[in-house]
Amino acid sequence: MSGRSGRADIISTVEFNHTGELLATGDKGGRVVIFQREQESKNQVHRRGEYNVYSTFQSHEPEFDYLKSLEIEEKINKIRWLPQQNAAYFLLSTNDKTVKLWKVSERDKRPEGYNLKDEEGRLRDPATITTLRVPVLRPMDLMVEATPRRVFANAHTYHINSISVNSDYETYMSADDLRINLWNFEITNQSFNIVDIKPANMEELTEVITAAEFHPHHCNSFVYSSSKGTIRLCDMRASALCDRHSKFFEEPEDPSNRSFFSEIISSISDVKFSHSGRYIMTRDYLTVKVWDLNMENRPIETYQVHDYLRSKLCSLYENDCIFDKFECVWNGSDSVIMTGSYNNFFRMFDRNTKRDVTLEASRENSKPRAILKPRKVCVGGKRRKDEISVDSLDFSKKILHTAWHPSENIIAVAATNNLYIFQDKVN
Amino acid sequence: MGTMFARGLKRKSPEDGEDMEGGLAGARATPSYSLQRQSLLDMSLVKLQLCHMLVEPNLCRSVLIANTVRQIQEEMSQDGTWRVVAPQAAGRAPLDRLVSTDILCRSAREQEGEHPAPDVGDGHMADLVPGLAVVPSAQALRSPQSSLWEVDSSRENRGGFQKSLDQIFETLENKTSGSVEELFADVDSSYYDLDAVLTGVVGSTPSAHASGLQAFASAAAPPPSSSCRSDLGELDHAVEILVET
Repeated sequence: MSGRSGRADIISTVEFNHTGELLATGDKGGRVVIFQREQESKNQVHRRGEYNVYSTFQSHEPEFDYLKSLEIEEKINKIRWLPQQNAAYFLLSTNDKTVKLWKVSERDKRPEGYNLKDEEGRLRDPATITTLRVPVLRPMDLMVEATPRRVFANAHTYHINSISVNSDYETYMSADDLRINLWNFEITNQSFNIVDIKPANMEELTEVITAAEFHPHHCNSFVYSSSKGTIRLCDMRASALCDRHSKFFEEPEDPSNRSFFSEIISSISDVKFSHSGRYIMTRDYLTVKVWDLNMENRPIETYQVHDYLRSKLCSLYENDCIFDKFECVWNGSDSVIMTGSYNNFFRMFDRNTKRDVTLEASRENSKPRAILKPRKVCVGGKRRKDEISVDSLDFSKKILHTAWHPSENIIAVAATNNLYIFQDKVN
Repeated sequence: MGTMFARGLKRKSPEDGEDMEGGLAGARATPSYSLQRQSLLDMSLVKLQLCHMLVEPNLCRSVLIANTVRQIQEEMSQDGTWRVVAPQAAGRAPLDRLVSTDILCRSAREQEGEHPAPDVGDGHMADLVPGLAVVPSAQALRSPQSSLWEVDSSRENRGGFQKSLDQIFETLENKTSGSVEELFADVDSSYYDLDAVLTGVVGSTPSAHASGLQAFASAAAPPPSSSCRSDLGELDHAVEILVET
């Protein structure tokens, strides 16, 4: 897969729909590109479906907030699909301030034989019409249209970092740095505020919301993570404003590893429920952690993504890389988790076998049908032939966004402005 | 504790204008730790200012950096090395650059306050900050009646510094400049020398930091040119806007 170079093309979010048939990407320029998987043909049963561009549309435009004299970026922060209920597809896309519901539908027939219009659409003189006919639908070249069905605006003072569709399919939430709002899909001029951590005095602000997600099955439950490395599970049945959490997940600090950067690297950049709903996964700067919802005092699993960066934290603070927000994803069976790193590396961890692998998303390695070779970072001492040393890593090539097909071993990896789609090797 | 700055730390040369010397050594067991900590503090304060004023700055990043600064400050208070003078007023948007100015001038001011050092004088200050209107403002800054530039107990300084950090968040939250009263809410009314206050700000500003003042000024006037000339003309213009608001 290729993309043009240029800042507007930087991919900012990637998401499969619930069947895996569609894959949506959003970019810095406010565009959404949807890929569709080829139907597997009867002739080539063993040929896996490839993803081709299905629809492209401009979701958000840059705006200007005149009150604050600030630009509002059109960058798409997140895309979330709604489950399919009819022939059309629906997705939510959001920038920093506004969430939009888009309908993506196909048109492969058009009506012909109007009475009052001719074939070019020009009005006919009624005096010339002597007979009436019924218009008929004739096949046409497939056209995919995207139309904005709802615009949910003016509800966020701060920057939206997450959206999550509820399992009731009637509501969704949007979270910014300090607040979380609950919306009904049908109502755009009103939302319920369900979490508000803004202090009365902004001078006392020390913690922000970094991510939020609904429980996959319990429509009353959701979690949100914070910049202090904590996760709160909230129950909307308890009260209208969920400022009191029902569960609070935090790992005690390791005193031997304490430094001025401890808090920054503990800040959670992504939180995801497992498909089963029994676990949550969090990503902080150096690790991915899996938590059991029944155990609040520590995670049940911790995976080191790139621990060799621990001694480089000061440099990474200086060049701002320490603030990079990596996402993490589960595979369909919750047995493997994946997250990105630098140098276009991404990592997968098998929770059962405890094996892990580092792979690279790059053009050189990605001839079609080529098998990805595992990569290794050399920490110190002698560097083996295929290894790369920590100091040679390219920190401008970061994989922040990845997605995993809901049921198959197909992954989508966004490397700056390029999208890579990898599939299991066909035996 | 000493390993936190392992290999990654980039040493800053004195030409960068950051304070690597000064009267901070000796308070901590390892002088290099103290220097590194100071360097981290300076870097953090610069980061808090270098927000892109076109787009709203990332709140999470700002909060994390501010928390880091507080941690350093607390540690430095505990071992008695905290002596930063906190600028407290003169508006919201220019506040960021007041803090920067303060750091750049700290070695000189500390000499004034506590440790006389023969080789650090106004000339040195001018080296650090080209364009800074030197002698007159330095005089005013040292004025004992000044509530802006007090070199006092560490507790008061800590509160003052805290306040300046907090006001950065106020800036993020509410970018519009308010009334004149709001601008000078924290200033002791006995000290109301606008020129002296702004001289320390505008004079030290290289063009890269002009955006803060531009955003501030543009609330009351049509957008000025993007370059910021640190000369008296600009200062007068800024003063006019403040007074008329």
